[in-house]
Amino acid sequence: MTYWSRRFTVFSIFFTALFLVGLFQSWNVAFAIFNICIISAIMALGVNIQVGYAGIFNAGIMGFAAIGGLAAVLISHPPVTETLSIGGFSILLCGMMIGLVAAICVFLSTKLQLSKITRRLLISLTIIIGLFFINLIGAPAVEKIEAFEPAATGFLGGIGMPIIFSWIVGAIVAGFIAWLIGKITLGLRSDYLAIATLGIAETIIYVLKNEDWLTRGVKNVNALPRPVPYELSLQESKWFIEFCERYQFPLVETSSIVVKLCYSSLFLIVLFVLFTLFEIALKSPWGRMMRAIRDNEVSARAMGKNIKARHIEIFILGSAVVGLAGAMLTTLEGQFTPIAYQPLRFTFTVWVMVIIGGTGNNYGSIIGGFLVWFLWVEAEPFGLLLVEFFTSPLSETNSLRVHLINNAAHMRYIMMGLLLLLVLRFSPKGIFPEGR
Amino acid sequence: MAFLSATDMLGGYGETTILNSCTISVNKGEIAVIVGPNGAGKSTAMRAIFGMLQLKKGQVTFNDQDITNLKPQERVRLGMGFVPQTNNVFNSMTVLENLEMGGFINPKNIDKNIEDIFSLFPILHEKRAQTLNELSGGQRQQVAVGRALMTNPKLLMLDEPTAGVSPIVVKELFQKITEISSKGIAILMVEQNAKQALAIANKGFVLVQGENKYTDKGSSLLKNKEVRKAFLGG
Amino acid sequence: MDYFNALALITNFIVIPGLTYGSQLALGALGVTLIYAVLRFSNFAHGELMSFGAMVCILFTWLGQSYGFSFSFLPTALLFLPIAVVFCVLYCIVIEKFVFSFYRKQKADPIITLIASIGVMFLTAGLIRFIIGPGDQSFNDGVRFIFSVKDFKNFTGLEQGFGLKTTQALTIGITIFLSISLFWFLNSTKTGKSMRAFSDNEELALLSGIDPNRVVLVTWIIAGALATFAGVLYGLDKIYKPFIFLQMLLPIFSAAILGGVGNPIGAFIGGYVIALSELIVTFAYKRVLGYILPENLAPESMMQFLATDYKYAVSFIILVIVLIIRPTGIFSGKTI
Repeated sequence: MTYWSRRFTVFSIFFTALFLVGLFQSWNVAFAIFNICIISAIMALGVNIQVGYAGIFNAGIMGFAAIGGLAAVLISHPPVTETLSIGGFSILLCGMMIGLVAAICVFLSTKLQLSKITRRLLISLTIIIGLFFINLIGAPAVEKIEAFEPAATGFLGGIGMPIIFSWIVGAIVAGFIAWLIGKITLGLRSDYLAIATLGIAETIIYVLKNEDWLTRGVKNVNALPRPVPYELSLQESKWFIEFCERYQFPLVETSSIVVKLCYSSLFLIVLFVLFTLFEIALKSPWGRMMRAIRDNEVSARAMGKNIKARHIEIFILGSAVVGLAGAMLTTLEGQFTPIAYQPLRFTFTVWVMVIIGGTGNNYGSIIGGFLVWFLWVEAEPFGLLLVEFFTSPLSETNSLRVHLINNAAHMRYIMMGLLLLLVLRFSPKGIFPEGR
Repeated sequence: MAFLSATDMLGGYGETTILNSCTISVNKGEIAVIVGPNGAGKSTAMRAIFGMLQLKKGQVTFNDQDITNLKPQERVRLGMGFVPQTNNVFNSMTVLENLEMGGFINPKNIDKNIEDIFSLFPILHEKRAQTLNELSGGQRQQVAVGRALMTNPKLLMLDEPTAGVSPIVVKELFQKITEISSKGIAILMVEQNAKQALAIANKGFVLVQGENKYTDKGSSLLKNKEVRKAFLGG
Repeated sequence: MDYFNALALITNFIVIPGLTYGSQLALGALGVTLIYAVLRFSNFAHGELMSFGAMVCILFTWLGQSYGFSFSFLPTALLFLPIAVVFCVLYCIVIEKFVFSFYRKQKADPIITLIASIGVMFLTAGLIRFIIGPGDQSFNDGVRFIFSVKDFKNFTGLEQGFGLKTTQALTIGITIFLSISLFWFLNSTKTGKSMRAFSDNEELALLSGIDPNRVVLVTWIIAGALATFAGVLYGLDKIYKPFIFLQMLLPIFSAAILGGVGNPIGAFIGGYVIALSELIVTFAYKRVLGYILPENLAPESMMQFLATDYKYAVSFIILVIVLIIRPTGIFSGKTI
């Protein structure tokens, strides 16, 4: 029962802090923070099953989150019929071609009995020929698509479905990519794996930044449809105005809080479902096997466990969850901004969440996601306060003071670093150690 | 008191006890050999004497000084040299560099020491510029012994120096060990080739399950019927 | 004549920039590989260390410039580079003392030390942004060109030409000098050999009386100095951007792994291989082929394998290929 009281205390501290933000900053800010806290917690859950359950250090979290974001665009954005008619067919052809190349490669590597060198040669040849044709067909189409009203569209758009479907699609696509990557990189030494996944994430982001026909690149995709009501429509609806009048709530602020609450409830449902599933998985024979593999790979292998297959399983699962969270984040923000994907913000901050919460503990991931995101946001006003306090003897226009105040937001990196180092050193098991 | 004396050692890894009131001593100019069946704790005894294993009980003195709580590096500085059984050379470095690395303790005598080692092991002089990867097992053992000698030890401890080398080389190595001993360096070694080792030993310790079973002169142990029967294969 | 034009084009757009960028990567990879060989972990903070050294150099350069210092036709920053090295090395030592030594003494799993280095990365990134801000800083005040494309064309009468920036020559020259010094140090000095011994077999090094603290200290001094040089030369040659150094981790680690982690010669060569591949793959060969091929065969498209934006992805592809085919790198790594 002491576990429960500890959990209760820690979560209470978090919600008190959030409450104070609501009280002293604004409730809007508090709920905005809370929404991303939930998404962070989901990401942390996904990473935790990789690191905590299986000891896989995935430094490509950013990439999977971005894939989720892309899914949100492709699912929810209405199709751009003009560009589709210009280049849709060629792009489709290219897609089929990629499939064909992949199929030939799989055929070459599994069905035919070839020597290692011949096989590699044939595969390389297939890929090169394939790339040549894809380039031949794709390049002109891409050029045309991107030239079409670049300020407004210049891309193919999506399929115009409700954005909430993208959560599932994002998870599936991220899982599929994780499968491809896992085939290559799992089984490498842990630090090689970290570097390889870091590279994968960067590469994914380059693709998203540069393939304008797919993502509009750095021009961003804005105004994605929402799964929840818009503030303006709330403000105009009769029942809402009456509701606000009855309780003397300010109309505009309340509408935006209500919208945020709608998001929160959607997100909380996802969090709850995933958490429950993961807790069940952790205590199931499957979870025990995973931990056995993590703690002693050699003996697990000796007992006939297929370690690589298990690792791929968990890599897919964790990455899919991160993809889901990425789609949720894009849904919440209503826009897709490839340049926003920075490894410090995504990959490494999520690691901090998992480690501070306690690797291997799902409660830990949730509180880690909550606390770290809270601190990440609140570091800015807090850092500003700190800088202002220490530079108060200087005059308002003192250049050092102005400079430091301008850069105060970067205190968050310093804080993240210190937090990670201190926890790793003095409490490496985190807030909720594994098994508690 | 003997030059090196380890009395009543009790110790092991974690909960398991491997050494049980084990006593080893070596006098100046002596060759002492520890023999015994597999798993008797021979190597563990060596590691304990050298401070690579924390003792639960017992005392180690060297040159009339209590060294029970010293780190291995500090024991090297006092004049104990150690040749581990495995990983006892720097594989990526040349023969000469390997020897030089032993010279950090005694930087003044490096050149003279290297000369001495080359005259003891002439083959190393020939191969001095080759990396250890290119050497045979016996040559690598010579480098390992040479590196330990570079620290100018008063006591040289060898953990199975003849493991994995051919019979001819074993004979040669034992010869070299006698030669080293004749320069006044006390020698303590663990050996699988018990007969040959006891033949050159002044003193032998037969360990069984971490305890001294027999302690006697090397030649006496060789003559002892029970020892022959149980440990030396008749 | 056309062949010379093609050659000049390739020199200007691939060879010289490739050697320059390769030098910067090589310096970075050497630092990473040394830390790996001696301290046995992948230091993700290395990019930020480069950034830190460059930042200190920029700050002192500004200070010096305000007092009227300059270095004739060379960038003023070179005058203050030694000071930056000292600061960066001190920073490394402080970090070793407060962070890494703990994990080293515990013989912690390398991945734990790697995570600690991510903490250091965050901390350093924050300090840098706090001190100098996240914006770009240009601090090269030397003469821009040793000879420009125009000089070359005038001199040779060719249609195409290549230029050599002062910073490019400096980068390549300093890198080669530093690398040779480092190889000499590792192979010919007692301290260098003791580092190699420590990297080869730590336990035996201790039994031989090699002082581990000294080896670790020297390693950090070298790594800090290399990082500062790499950061400053990169900043001089291109521009100083705090964000770029995290991106550079990928090519730097690719170079180190390609050469065999822990192998300095491998890291050195790896740096150039990665840089040249990036440029070879992303260069548009249209004009070059226009000179070489007969007129009727001259290509119409850009003749580019990959868009320039995918430069960094190239290093990743190389990394993956190396990891699949030969995970130990070209020169098997692990020890110096």
